[in-house]
Order: sequence, then C-alpha cells, then structure tokens
Amino acid sequence: MVDQIRRMGGGVSQILEQIHGFARRCLFRVISMGPLPTHLAFIMDGNRRYAKKRGLKDGSGHKAGFSALMSMLQYCYELGIKYVTIYAFSIDNFRRKPEEVQSLMDLLLEKIKSLLDKESIVHEYGIRVYFIGNLALLSDQVRAAAEEVMEATAKNSRVVLLVCVAYNSTDEIVQAVKRSCMNKLVKHSEGGDRDIERIQLVDVEENMQMSVAPEPDILIRSSGETRLSNFLLWQTGNSQLFSPDALWPEIGLRHLVWAILNFQRSHSYLEKMKKQL
Amino acid sequence: MLSLRVGPSTSFHSRRFHDRALERRWRLGRDCFLSFSHHRRGTGLGVRSARSEMTTFTAAEEDTLPDGLQPELMPKHVAVIMDGNGRWAKNKGLQPWDGHRAGVEALREIIELCGKWGIQVLTVFAFSTDNWIRPKIEIDFLLNLFERTLKSELETLAKNNVRISIIGNSSKLPKSLLKVINEVEEVTKNNTRLQLIVAVGYSGKYDVLQACRGIAQRVKDGEIEVEEIDERLIEQELETNCTEFPYPDLLIRTSGELRVSNFLLWQLAYTELFFAQELWPDFGRSGFIEALMSFQQRQRRFGGRKS
Repeated sequence: MVDQIRRMGGGVSQILEQIHGFARRCLFRVISMGPLPTHLAFIMDGNRRYAKKRGLKDGSGHKAGFSALMSMLQYCYELGIKYVTIYAFSIDNFRRKPEEVQSLMDLLLEKIKSLLDKESIVHEYGIRVYFIGNLALLSDQVRAAAEEVMEATAKNSRVVLLVCVAYNSTDEIVQAVKRSCMNKLVKHSEGGDRDIERIQLVDVEENMQMSVAPEPDILIRSSGETRLSNFLLWQTGNSQLFSPDALWPEIGLRHLVWAILNFQRSHSYLEKMKKQL
Repeated sequence: MLSLRVGPSTSFHSRRFHDRALERRWRLGRDCFLSFSHHRRGTGLGVRSARSEMTTFTAAEEDTLPDGLQPELMPKHVAVIMDGNGRWAKNKGLQPWDGHRAGVEALREIIELCGKWGIQVLTVFAFSTDNWIRPKIEIDFLLNLFERTLKSELETLAKNNVRISIIGNSSKLPKSLLKVINEVEEVTKNNTRLQLIVAVGYSGKYDVLQACRGIAQRVKDGEIEVEEIDERLIEQELETNCTEFPYPDLLIRTSGELRVSNFLLWQLAYTELFFAQELWPDFGRSGFIEALMSFQQRQRRFGGRKS
C-alpha cells in the first residue's frame, strides 16, 4: 500500500516536472521573440551566507550553489544563449582560511571531473568548456582535470561555458600586456615592427584570455552586492549590470527572465539612440 | 544593479532666477564652498532645485554631516557619471544645452558637499570618447561650456583649496581649452582640501592602453624587463596616478542606466556601484546622501571573508 502511494507520488512529481518544463519552454518561446543576449556572465555570490541562513555546514552552501548553477546553465542554453561565463574562484579568494580554500578546491576538482561524465550537462548541450585564469596558481590535480575537460570539449561548438578560476581581471590584463610587449619585441627583433611602443587596442585585446567570447551583454551578481570584484573589468564596459538580492543558491528562473526582459527594454532604447545618431 | 531602488521623488520645475532668491542664496552662500558668480545672474533658465529655496540652512548646519552618515565611513574617493542632461532637457521641452547647463549647477552642489563632508577626491565623467559621435553643435557647446566654467570658477576653486586635474585624450580638444586646462591645473596644483578630477575624452580602455604603451616604451629603453610587468606598474602609468587615491570607493551613475560605459575600468575593481534613478540635474543633496548611506551600509570584503 505504502509502495503504491510512493509510486503514485513519484508519478505525480514526474508529471509536475513535465508540466513545469513545458510551461518554461513556452515562456522561453515568448521571450525569444525579442532580442536575446549572446553572452551572460554570473558572479555566484552568497553561498556561505545561504548555508548560515539555513543552519547548514559551511561546505553545503557551495554544493547548493553548484545545483543552482546547473539549473541556470540549463535555462540559458535552452533559451538559446550561446556564451555563459561564471566566476568560480578569484585570485583574491586564496586569501581565505586554508581549510576553506582546500574544501573549495576539492569541490572544484570533483565537479570538473563530473563534467566528463556521459550524463553531464556538457554532453546534453554540446558545451565547449574553457577555464580562464592563472591556472598555474592551481594545484596540479585541478589544473590537469581542467585541461582534460578543455581538450575533451574542444570539438563542441553549439554553446560555450567559460569558467573563471584563479582569475582576476587585473591579472588578465597584466598577462595580456606582457604578451603584447613580448610579441612586439619579437617582431622588432625580426626587423618587422619598428615602434614597439605603438601597441594598439587590438593587440592587447587579442591577447586577453577572454577573447574567445564576445563581451557579455548582461552581468548578473547575486546576493545584492553591487560591485564588480575584479571580474571582467575590460569586457563589461557596456554590459548591463543586474544585482538581485537573492543569494546564489536561491537564484532561479524568475531572476533570469527579469534580467533578460530588462535587457530587451534597454536594448530597444539603445538601438533607437544609435539610429538617431 | 539597483533598478528597483528608486530615489526620492524629485520632480523639478525649471524656473527663472528671481533676484530675490539669488540674493538670499548669495547671503547664505558667503561661507559656502562655492558661490554663484555675478555674471550668471539672470542668464539662462534657473534650474536650482525648489528644495534649496525652501529649506533654510545656516553655514553651521552645512558643515556637519546629515543624520545617518558616519564620518569614519565616508568614502575617500567618489566617482560620478553625470548622465541624463539631454533627457532632462527633452522632458521639459528644452534644448540639450539647457540640460547641460543645469548639469553644471548640479555638479557645483556635489563639489560643495564633497568639500564639506571630507571626501578627498571627486572624479566626474564629463565627456567620453564615445560622445564624439554626437552632433557637432552639441559637442562645440559642451566644450565651450567646459572652458567658460573652468575660467569663471577658477578663482572660487582656488580660494576653496580645490585642486583640479584633467584626464583623458586631449588630442581632439580645441587649443583654447587646452590652454585654460593647463592654467587651471598649474594654479591649483598645491591645493589640498579636495581634488576634482574631470575626465574629458576619457575611456577606461584607452587609459589602460596608454599605460601599456608607457610600459612598452620603458621595456624598449631597457629600463624594465617584460617579466617585471605587474599590476603595480600598470597602476603607476594610469592617468589616475595624479592622485593619492586612484581607486574610487563609490561610483554613482544617474538616470537609471545600469552600466559603467567604459568609465574607469581598472580603477573600478572593488568600487561599490550605486545607480540612481534621477536624471543628473535632479540629483542633488538628497540623492547624494542616499548614495552615501547605501555605501556606508555595505560590507566590503575584497574577496576575503568577513569572519
């Protein structure tokens, strides 16, 4: 008898899930009648505050954050957004307590490896994954796993996921400046370029790690904080900034829809302004 | 990011200056940080807020912080994107230049408050590299307005111990403006109360690029090796090296636009952003107080943990 109820309960929740999915896809069809962003960036802030709020152990906040991330990626790719960038771990975060850094690194390693599973979201959506950041700062294990995922997904081209780990925008710019100077020096010594100090914007930009993607249309930071925290400073000059109060594990479909509707509203205003000029 | 946070209702009516009102403000303004110069009386449309005429404030009241603001939590460096002059003028059926003039008045008020409340650096985004695509008549007016304002306010600013610095790509600016800029920077360079940085023809990317070129030159001259290039070196080459506090603690953008528009790129790494709904000419003391209060309530962690 209990088993029957359990099976029915399971059946009901399956049906509800299907209805939810159907309603979501209808909503997405309506939204995609307007202009859609090509690239969305997320600062996943608030995991620890979420754990504290719910009285959970510290690490559980990050785990809940990971589930929220998977849902968000699913929605983005279902909607047809081609590029998604996430701020997974900043160079500044290395300054936290060693135990927390270690547990974050362990979680990172576990989740990176899981991306290679057959049932993972990577295979479902044909995602090409990039790991952006100063990977030399990571442990050998994490770095090796990241490189393996990048290689395994190199042939995918439908959608792109950029994971910023051991990343700082200022560090990215420094590396790009170094590479630009280096390239110019090489050209100079080969007798090609005479004025190495005449570095152009395009020289710096093509040496940025994030040059594999266009600039983000929308940057969403959860937990209500309104600052960039050294994330994509170069690329978000013209991005619309959106800062819902929800902590990252609480982020949901409604926040994404709201952000996109706002984007569509300002997009039409911007297009109108461009036409006037 | 704060599109849901609406400022106080600030519907203003543009009105002509009445001599009486001006005179009242002039008397109250004697000890004020900035006062209107005589020659502006009666010219153009009066755009002072209804508020400043209705509230009676004394010089003593001016100097103390309003309730709710704590002196130890005041930002050292505030940056402002003065957006919305054109829309403000259009809403009132005026010409764009009236909006810009109104914008200058609003800026005066903010400069005054910064000086009084112990803010040490104020950076304002006057003209971006993107603005060059606007109609020539508007650009000419803006640059002309800037030149006239600099000339007319120089004495007051010098007297009030304000240092002025101009950053940005000056190559497209008219020679007369460049001359005034050099003069103003020279005359005020030793002032210490408030540093006013005006970004004209400026873009964050351009700033980083010119820093990059400066560094490349130093590499070419053998002064430094490529491996030695780091964040500190770039920071030294940025145009904001004219101040002791190059990184804004707080950035305010008016008119409800939720973007940074390439203003101060590198320097905004940890800046708290505040987006105000009001258009710039309407953003006055109360808007500024709201922004400062929001700033003071924020927890700044710089990537670490608040333990």
